Amino acid sequence: MSLINYATKEINCKIVYYGPGLGGKTTNIKYIYSKVSPESRGKLMSLDTELDRTLFFDFLPVNLGKVKGFSVHFHFYTVPGQVYYNASRKLILKGVDGLIFVADSQIERFEDCIDSLENLKANLSEYSKKLEELPLVIQYNKRDLPNIVSIAELEEALNPREVFSCEGVATEGIGVFEPLKVVSKEVLRKLK
Amino acid sequence: MEEEIGSIEEEYRKITETITYLRRDIKAISVLLIDKAGELITSVGDISNLDIASFATLSAADFAATANLAELIGEHDFSTLFHQGKEKSIYVSLVADQVILAVIFTRETTLGMVRIKVKKASTILGDLFDRMFKELESEYAKTVDQDFIDEAESELDSLFE
Repeated sequence: MSLINYATKEINCKIVYYGPGLGGKTTNIKYIYSKVSPESRGKLMSLDTELDRTLFFDFLPVNLGKVKGFSVHFHFYTVPGQVYYNASRKLILKGVDGLIFVADSQIERFEDCIDSLENLKANLSEYSKKLEELPLVIQYNKRDLPNIVSIAELEEALNPREVFSCEGVATEGIGVFEPLKVVSKEVLRKLK
Repeated sequence: MEEEIGSIEEEYRKITETITYLRRDIKAISVLLIDKAGELITSVGDISNLDIASFATLSAADFAATANLAELIGEHDFSTLFHQGKEKSIYVSLVADQVILAVIFTRETTLGMVRIKVKKASTILGDLFDRMFKELESEYAKTVDQDFIDEAESELDSLFE
C-alpha cells in the first residue's frame, strides 16, 4: 500500500523496473529523466559498478503535482539484473506498488528473461506478495536489433496473464512512456 | 471522517513534537523518520542542503541491506546502524518495527548520548506510530476516490507526453 502522508499531504507510489541484466532498465529510467521537466523530477541516483552495471539500484523521484490538495510522487527504481545481485534486487521490491518488466528481445537472452520473471515471483513471495496481484506491464526492449525473438513467442513465454505489453527501443525512447503510464495509472486505481 | 483525519494529524503532531525534543536534547542537525520502503514521513531540523528523497531511499536500502547481512551471521536484524564521518555522523535505528529513525549530528554530540535519547524517543514514537497506522488504514480509502484518480491520471498523461 502506498504511503499517504497526511501531515505533508503527500502520496508516494513505488514503481520498480525489473528484468535480466543489461536489458535496458537503466536506459529507460535515464530517458525518463531526460524528458521530464526539471521542476517535476528529483535527482537521478545511480549506484553502479565500474563496469556500468547497476549494483544496488537507480532511483528517480518524479512529482506529479497537486491532486486534490495532495502532492503525488512516483518513485522509480531499477534493480540490478545480474543473477548474483539477488540480495539487492529483493530488498528494492519492499513496498513495491507496480512493476515494469523489461525483457531483452535478443534470442540469446530469451532464457534469461524467463529466469528473471521466475526470480521476480520468488522474491515477491518472500514479502508474501503475488505477482498476479500487482500492477504489471511488460516492455519488449531492443526491437531494433536483428537477432530477436518474435513478439508472439515472447508473449507466450512471459505474458500468460496478458497484461499490457509493448515493443521498445529504450535507447531512442520508443515504448518508454507508454508502459510507464499504464502501470502508474493502474497503481493509482489500486489506491482506491 | 473529519474527526479521524484530525486524529491522524494529532498523531503526526505528537510524532513531530517527539523528534523536535529529541533533536533539541542531543543538538542534532536533523532528525528524519522514513518508512521501510524509502519514503520520508517527516523531518525536523536543518535539511536545506540535503537531498531528502535520496537520503530517505538510501537509508531504507542501507537498513534492508544490513538486515540481510545480519541474517547471514544468524541475527534477525541489526536494530541500529552508525556511520561515522569526520564532521558529521548518522545514527539510524528502527522504530515500531516499520519506521526508520535517522539522526544526523556533528562531533559535538557523543554517540552515547544519541543512543540513550533515541532509545527513549523510540518508545514514545512506537506507540504513536502503532496508533497512527491503524487509523490510516481506515482513512486511506476515503482520500483516494474516483475524482482523485481521474485528476491524477490526467496529470500523468501531461507529464509523460
